Amino acid sequence: MPDSTLTVLIAEDGAADRLLLARIVSKQGYAVLTAENGEQAVALFAEQRPQVVLLDALMPVMDGFEAARRIKALAGETLVPIIFLTSLSEEEALVRCLEAGGDDFLAKPYSPVILGAKIKAMDRLRRLHATVLEQRDQITRHHHHLLNEQRVAKAVFDKVAHAGCLSAPNIRYLQSPYALFNGDLLLAAFTPSGDMHVLLGDFTGHGLPAAVGAMPLAEVFYGMTAKGYGLAETLREMNAKLKRILPVDMFCCAVLLNLSFQRRVVEVWNGGMPDGYLLSVDGREPLALVSRHLPLGVLAPERFDDSTQVLPLGLGERLFLLSDGVVDTSDDQDQLFGVERLRQVLVDNRQPGLLFEEVLHALDAFRGRSRDDVSLVEIRMVEPEALSPPPLIYSDSGQSAPLDWSLQFEFRAQTLKRFNPLPYLLQLLQEVHGLRAQSGALHSVLSELYSNALEHGVLGLDSALKRDAAGFAEYYRQRSERLQALGEGCIRVGLRVEPQGLGGRLIIEVDDSGKGFNVTKVLARPLIEQGLSGRGLNLIRRLSRHAEWTDQGRRACVEFTWDALA
Amino acid sequence: MTDNHIDRKVLSDLQEVMDDGYLHLLEIFLDDSEKRLSQLHEAKNATELGHAAHSFKGSSSNMGALVLAELCRQLEERVKQQPLYGIEDLINQIDREYVLVRQLYSDEHQRVLIG
Repeated sequence: MPDSTLTVLIAEDGAADRLLLARIVSKQGYAVLTAENGEQAVALFAEQRPQVVLLDALMPVMDGFEAARRIKALAGETLVPIIFLTSLSEEEALVRCLEAGGDDFLAKPYSPVILGAKIKAMDRLRRLHATVLEQRDQITRHHHHLLNEQRVAKAVFDKVAHAGCLSAPNIRYLQSPYALFNGDLLLAAFTPSGDMHVLLGDFTGHGLPAAVGAMPLAEVFYGMTAKGYGLAETLREMNAKLKRILPVDMFCCAVLLNLSFQRRVVEVWNGGMPDGYLLSVDGREPLALVSRHLPLGVLAPERFDDSTQVLPLGLGERLFLLSDGVVDTSDDQDQLFGVERLRQVLVDNRQPGLLFEEVLHALDAFRGRSRDDVSLVEIRMVEPEALSPPPLIYSDSGQSAPLDWSLQFEFRAQTLKRFNPLPYLLQLLQEVHGLRAQSGALHSVLSELYSNALEHGVLGLDSALKRDAAGFAEYYRQRSERLQALGEGCIRVGLRVEPQGLGGRLIIEVDDSGKGFNVTKVLARPLIEQGLSGRGLNLIRRLSRHAEWTDQGRRACVEFTWDALA
Repeated sequence: MTDNHIDRKVLSDLQEVMDDGYLHLLEIFLDDSEKRLSQLHEAKNATELGHAAHSFKGSSSNMGALVLAELCRQLEERVKQQPLYGIEDLINQIDREYVLVRQLYSDEHQRVLIG
């Protein structure tokens, strides 16, 4: 600011002194206001708001000290330098000046040179102070702006996130309200056949960059799960998407689960997250679900490994997942809480319902204070009837449903290796309005039929292997091996929809090129054995109107019917 | 003789700063000083006396009236201690000193006016 616009207020009760000062100051290029006493000075200040004030210490009506106090109060946040004019010489008197809010003082007799220098110095100080305040206000505005953007982003994301089934009765979770901006993500959704997919993820970074990756990931997860895609396909798609859209140094550690309540198994994929745990009901050691893959968004699609681990999960058994905030918690000596302490808490836990509390308590005791970025999830295996997946939402009115048609697909070896036809078949069948009420059963049956045809039929795997965790591991290893090596074989799927009475029926026929099996023997086995390791034949029977196996078990024929629609 | 009572350097600096306001300043000072002197005589207690002496000291030092300023300083100091003695005497000295300087400032005023 040029000197000429600077206004100086001079309060001095001696007329000659006042005149002299006014002349000195205006000669130096400043605008001048004069007052005879403290009261006038304060009034003039309030009215004209000069930038610098010169106050005589001893004035009638109101002295300089009181005037200084009032002027400083009026100025508020702004810095208005006050120079006391005084012939007080004692230290005490000078200290009084500064304590009353004075920034400097000038002794009589007045030296124009010194006064000029002091005014200049005070002006510099004043402008510096004003700049600081302005920048502070700017920073505050930007901060609020950022917070607002984050709020909006979170609101949008919450709509997406709550499309899932985190409120299902067999899920318990704990997540910080700042989870999204810590990069933590928790998603859960039902598949059309009533299975449940769960994802616990941790994006690199914090704030909006971490949150921004969560949206596309959630879209893929929900979209594909709803259409009946399996874990492997969903993983491939999520990895490809993140690899494509995220910057090079960003990725998402994740653990994914696929729980089948009908078959009492869980499929697990862990890429970069801390160990999850499978907790038994009979006191066995917790089984660690170790990370065997790189996080999502790191590897190119052709290098991505979508292989999963399949484990039996009995009724009441639980899966416990957590974010790295738990194990990484450190105390004042920078010691880590660590995996061992966590395992101890899990082992010591007697009441499943208190597990979370015990973990949090152990963390608090260790650290001395709590963290707000810890995510815990617990999922229990329950009876399928305990859950009520929401009905599928259809976008059409169903009026123009196709009612009389048939088709047949034949999938040969090369296709069987890399293609899962189920989502497409299901999509097709959803066009039949009358079938919609049995959607869940239909999906379960088709999945079961197809996996039987592929695994037991074409690949010739022995379902007896699936007795325990080690057996499962071996079974799926063989499955992967045989599928890769497959050169011959085929599965045929025929679908026939025809009217029947006032309603209609669907006939599904699945043929495989395998060796077949002894149908009577398998059907005669006790249910429990069948449930975990059998071909789920009784399940198929239970869910459909009619089911039979011919051609030595190589052909399955299943029927669904429906009545007239309302 | 006049050099003791008024610092000529101060006067010439004042003239330089004030420019054509110099004469006015001299007039104002003399007018102000009459008032100050009255205040001295009419002071009812030590505090009032001290303040009056302090102010007069300030203005006279600004105008270069060194002896006058010094006498006022002595008076300011003296009134801080009880019992007050020798005050009357000091005030009389100030009166006499002022009469002298007043003449000197008038002469100065004349000098500049004639030019």
